[in-house]
Amino acid sequence: MCQVEEDYKDEALQRTAALSVGQKCMKCKEGCAVVVIRVGDAFCKSCFRDYFVHKFRAMLGKTRLIFPGEKVLLALSGGSTSSSMLCQVQEGLSREASKKLRFSPGIVHIDEGAVCGRSAEERQETLMQLEAIFQASGFPYHIVYLEEVFKLPNSILQSVSSSPTSHGQNYKEAVDDFLQKQREALIDVEQRLTVEDERNVTHSEQIEAKFDQLSTSTAVSEENSATILSETSPSGKWPFTLEQTEAVKELFSSVKTLTAKEELLQTLRHHLILHTARNKEYSKIMMGDSCTRLAVKLLTNISLGRGASLAVDTGFSDNRYGDIMILRPMREYSSKEIAFYNKLFEVPTVFTPALDTKASDKASIHRLTESFVNKLQTDFPSTVSTVYRTSEKLNTACSDINSGVEQTDKCLLCLCIMDTKVEEASAFQATLISEKLSCKQSPDQMPVNKVSEQSCCDNQAEEKGKCCSTNSGACHPPVSNTTTDFLTLLCYSCRLTVKDMVSLSLLPQYVLSEAERRKRRAQVREQIQEFLLPPEDESDENY
Amino acid sequence: LNTVYGLHLGYFTGGAELLFNGTKEQHVKLPSQSEQWDVRQLLVWIKTNLLKERPELFIQGDTVRPGILVLINEADWELMGQLDYKLEDRDNIVFISTLHGG
Repeated sequence: MCQVEEDYKDEALQRTAALSVGQKCMKCKEGCAVVVIRVGDAFCKSCFRDYFVHKFRAMLGKTRLIFPGEKVLLALSGGSTSSSMLCQVQEGLSREASKKLRFSPGIVHIDEGAVCGRSAEERQETLMQLEAIFQASGFPYHIVYLEEVFKLPNSILQSVSSSPTSHGQNYKEAVDDFLQKQREALIDVEQRLTVEDERNVTHSEQIEAKFDQLSTSTAVSEENSATILSETSPSGKWPFTLEQTEAVKELFSSVKTLTAKEELLQTLRHHLILHTARNKEYSKIMMGDSCTRLAVKLLTNISLGRGASLAVDTGFSDNRYGDIMILRPMREYSSKEIAFYNKLFEVPTVFTPALDTKASDKASIHRLTESFVNKLQTDFPSTVSTVYRTSEKLNTACSDINSGVEQTDKCLLCLCIMDTKVEEASAFQATLISEKLSCKQSPDQMPVNKVSEQSCCDNQAEEKGKCCSTNSGACHPPVSNTTTDFLTLLCYSCRLTVKDMVSLSLLPQYVLSEAERRKRRAQVREQIQEFLLPPEDESDENY
Repeated sequence: LNTVYGLHLGYFTGGAELLFNGTKEQHVKLPSQSEQWDVRQLLVWIKTNLLKERPELFIQGDTVRPGILVLINEADWELMGQLDYKLEDRDNIVFISTLHGG
């Protein structure tokens, strides 16, 4: 009791009296404080380091989501949070055996220079700096260019729920599987090592470290051969063509608002990271989202109409892709802690201009929210943590049913569960109706058709064939209808993003062809439902 | 007091350097004045003498833009009295932007 009161007094004192120079660390009471984390919590350099390192390990420890030996892909932008994350992973892997982190990391970097107005030389320079950091880490790394979205396969947009992944099985099996694979790889890499050696735990860890080092060199060469899909590369080293750079630039310049650009870029970036993870057989992805960033993201996403996906967008784990899980291990660090850690312990970072660099506070919803949160934070230092704690409590009720959800029920772009199947009397439906009514350019027949289709389909089976065939016929030719069809495949927020685009045709092929595929499927399903009373799939093909 | 201050300014990372023509760090000499320089005055001086563009992205009101951290001699400026900190010769001041995109 006495202690509690004492602490309280101390805190009150610190609040009123300005923090003073030469203040002692609140933890060890000895060192000179260098950073104030929360109000009144001043840490010295070494206590701050312990606190920071411990938090990362605690985060991974308490969530128990990363299996030993699992391949984890670190998404690195080179910015402060992700660089700090890399540093923590390195720290964890360098620990003595008992405290060691036991997954094997790889790095992916998405180069977005094309849409951030950077020249080939500037991009090259940034990449060289980044590569130096990646090489120093000793982890395998993959550099992917935004231009490569034009080479993505359709499958990236298809949920892989049908094939249960190895991590659905029990822990022991997963570990054994991994050890087996590791053995095979090791035999390839280093002939001298025998299987017996590896059975020894301490040995296997040394080998693991060696293997990591060795695999870097192989990964680099593998990278060059595997991800380069295009035959013609102008400079001889870029795995894409100048045309693709132009195409991606054109795509982004066709987007009218910075808000939509940010969203689109994020979507494409996620697809590329996901593709890399699948290609290189990673089963988890770590993203460097700090607590501050997530607080901003939470409020931004609410403003963007992404309320339904808040839990997956901001939570610690995100399983929207089914086979590959996204983790956000940095979510308990504020951006201030990270900046101080990086500065005090000389964590290398590379600054790359983003879409919104030098933009004004009101340039986009993202930007505006960020400045709102930051301004509030200066006057009310608990703002970020309050918002963040709220995000922690969010949960998707249906996250476990994920595997049961049909593909068509996921948004084509963000791959989140669709939030558009709501009852008639909802704000969403009301918006759709008023949109239809106020839309001048769209042909009148569109809403009329919908109505007639619904009414006749409720009546008799015979007439349905007629009206639906005319309907589908009418659906194809006009451009606006294609857009309308496309929009139905998206969640509410992605619809808003796409509406800010001048033309859909600039989107990468994989998006368009997957949209086409889903549309056809939906049509077929519709026809099946109309003509067959019992919902049996096998007999449908006869139709 | 008629001291001329030699300061080391660092714009470290996060994009704050972009507003200073890409300069990551520099040494500056403050003109002498009758009273001791404090951070508040330093910011005004930086705004008029060093900032190349968009001053509102660095300074808002009489302090730094929210989201930009200030380190004085490797320590949080909150420990040093923030704007009221009296500058000493050879102080090391670092600005770090924690904002997205700098």
